[in-house]
Amino acid sequence: MLKKLSFKGGIHPKDNKNQTSAKTIETLTPPTELIFPLAQHIGAPCTPCVQKGDYVKVGQKIADCEAFVSAPIHSSVSGTVKDFKMYPVSNGSMVESIVIENDFQDTVDESVKPIDYKTVNPDDIPKLVREAGIVGMGGAAFPTHVKLMPPADKKIDTIIVNCSECEPYLTSDYRVMMEAPEEIVTGIMVVLYRFGIENGHIAIEDNKPLAVEKMKEACKNTPITVDVLKTKYPQGGEKQLIYAVTKRKVPLGGLPADAGAIVINTDTCAAIGRKFMYGMPLTRRIVTVVGTPFSKEVNYKVRIGTPIDYIIEQNGGFVAEPKKMIIGGPMMGVAQFRLDMPIIKATSAILAFTEKEAHIPEESACIRCGKCVEQCPMGLMPLYLYDFAKRGDMDACEKYNVDACIECGCCSFGCPAKRNMVQAIRVAKQNVLTEKRKRAQQERNEQGGK
Amino acid sequence: MNKVENNFKLRVSSTPHIRSKCSVDDIMLDVIIALMPAAFAGVILFGQRALAVLLVSVAACVGFELVYQVLAHKKLTINDFSAVVTGMLLGLTMPSGVPVYVIVVAAFIAIIVTKQLFGGIGQNFMNPALVGRAFALASFPAVMTSFAYQKIDFFQKTADVMTGATPLSDEYIMKTPTIKEHFIGMYENGTAIPGCIGETCVLALLLGFAYLLIRRVISARIPLAYIGSVMLMTWAFGSNASAAAQSPILAVMSGGVLLGAIFMATDYVTSPTTSVGQIIFGIGCGVITCVIRFWGGYPEGVTYAILLMNVLTPLIDRWTMPKPFGYVKK
Repeated sequence: MLKKLSFKGGIHPKDNKNQTSAKTIETLTPPTELIFPLAQHIGAPCTPCVQKGDYVKVGQKIADCEAFVSAPIHSSVSGTVKDFKMYPVSNGSMVESIVIENDFQDTVDESVKPIDYKTVNPDDIPKLVREAGIVGMGGAAFPTHVKLMPPADKKIDTIIVNCSECEPYLTSDYRVMMEAPEEIVTGIMVVLYRFGIENGHIAIEDNKPLAVEKMKEACKNTPITVDVLKTKYPQGGEKQLIYAVTKRKVPLGGLPADAGAIVINTDTCAAIGRKFMYGMPLTRRIVTVVGTPFSKEVNYKVRIGTPIDYIIEQNGGFVAEPKKMIIGGPMMGVAQFRLDMPIIKATSAILAFTEKEAHIPEESACIRCGKCVEQCPMGLMPLYLYDFAKRGDMDACEKYNVDACIECGCCSFGCPAKRNMVQAIRVAKQNVLTEKRKRAQQERNEQGGK
Repeated sequence: MNKVENNFKLRVSSTPHIRSKCSVDDIMLDVIIALMPAAFAGVILFGQRALAVLLVSVAACVGFELVYQVLAHKKLTINDFSAVVTGMLLGLTMPSGVPVYVIVVAAFIAIIVTKQLFGGIGQNFMNPALVGRAFALASFPAVMTSFAYQKIDFFQKTADVMTGATPLSDEYIMKTPTIKEHFIGMYENGTAIPGCIGETCVLALLLGFAYLLIRRVISARIPLAYIGSVMLMTWAFGSNASAAAQSPILAVMSGGVLLGAIFMATDYVTSPTTSVGQIIFGIGCGVITCVIRFWGGYPEGVTYAILLMNVLTPLIDRWTMPKPFGYVKK
């Protein structure tokens, strides 16, 4: 039997994937009005390249930006640009957005044409990926073409598709593997071609044996390896995943490229595949709708720009009062206070909790059981970091390597005293990073002055 | 379009949104369950009087915690069962014939002085039960070191009972127990091996150890490092000791090493949180125990060994801070 790959630390939350994992993806009819926030990614926000009243087609670029770390936005329906308005997005901020009125014709833009990647110069691949508006769809929404253009001194020899889907409840990546494995395989082949290498990995947790089989079948006659990982959170953490697959450690403060690897999310990889197979830029995504308050739990194929309350309504509304609504998984997703924001590129799930599930337990004193130390995948000592953070002792936080924290939440999850550790550590980490940046800037200034 | 009523009051909080089921009282309950075999064996071996000692000890510890928290207007924490654990550990480290006032004084020192005055659960820097026991040992040495050879009934006068030292002492008058006799805590003729209520039946202690390991309440690092270093020290320097303390195996089975290594040294609050630190802590306990046994004034050194290492715990944690994942030397 294959040895299951893993990392040190981590937790085993109940995976709660059975509600949706066996159900085929359903296609959701788009609404009459779609909203496209101009900042759907990390980096510079886009500016619109259409005007009020313009007619747009499916796959037509409607906003773009000159900046390197940025990705264009495409219309997911055909129709008329109705308005430019401030809209909320799931991270809580208000973002200028393009509102498009759907004409339900689904007229496809002329630019949407399949491309044989083998006829393209490898160095032009990142540009095509950028043109397709592809960003990391696991949650962070980092523009993918930036990953495909590492600094010249970093040699990339391994590409890993992150199919671990270690967050409980989520099954959208799983369904993509089950229903469109060829898109994922094409996606990774394109990336391998871009770097001129053959070392491609598809990493899947062992709680998805059917997906492992499916991907192995799809990878026949390709140089791609399917790796089976131990089911453990945060197996899909970039650094943990690279370690599990290659046994290389990404140096602290470094990038995956420093370990010679690039990690791509499942749906992102499928999006790259679709760009070349069908020419379609990123205009749809798979969203898991799950949680006991929903009348139906299922995965939907949703046009980007569809408002969340429309999806819930189409899904039959609620059967129990939701007390918490989360965009993303329960470990790292963002709790929402309203439901009228649109699906953006990185929205992987809509998760609803009842009063009981949303209960926040009362914190009691630390008994120094050491669970957080044992479970921290980054080898930190959360119990001390939490104390320092609460006391505001940023020097001690820095000494205890708070900046290495990946905010996975294992410490808070496992704590028997229910202490809100990662919540405080996250704030301390931001403070320390800001302080570090300030110091570096100062040093640069001083050196410049001399 | 907005047909979904948006009048729910949604709760917003930072991640993670799910928590494990394990809680402090679950852990304490597991420790209580793990102590049950030892308590049961103690009552079988030393009679009803042992049960009385345990009950008084638990009641006194819980009572003191309750009284303190009420008087000091603190949040009541007796429902986390930590005072019950302290009470059981305190009772199990006493001889069966100990007078009630000694137990109450020890419980006062354990709960009020060691635990509550330092800020309650999680804040004490030494194991409360062991401080209580150490205080009683220093204040009432005679009653704390005279161990019954037989069962004592509830109201029997302890003066009528034959008592003496433990097999670790030079003054021990009976034959050194065999491994098998240590296992059940009783000589083949039915006489109990003298000792504290909870320390003489090795089988019961190992059952508790197994339970704690299976339930993942503790890791085996501290107990194994402790036991291993006692065996090694005894093998190297055992010729200085009394008969029972000369054999590495008997040295672990007699006296308080097992009770201490499994239940006292593994106390979360007063032991290191890093794996390397836990091993250092266990070795330290074992070495100090043997130093006291072989060259010190007491026949047994478990209590003081663990207390000394408790004090070093913050330092050990600092020395053994793990290198973060991906650490590169600057």
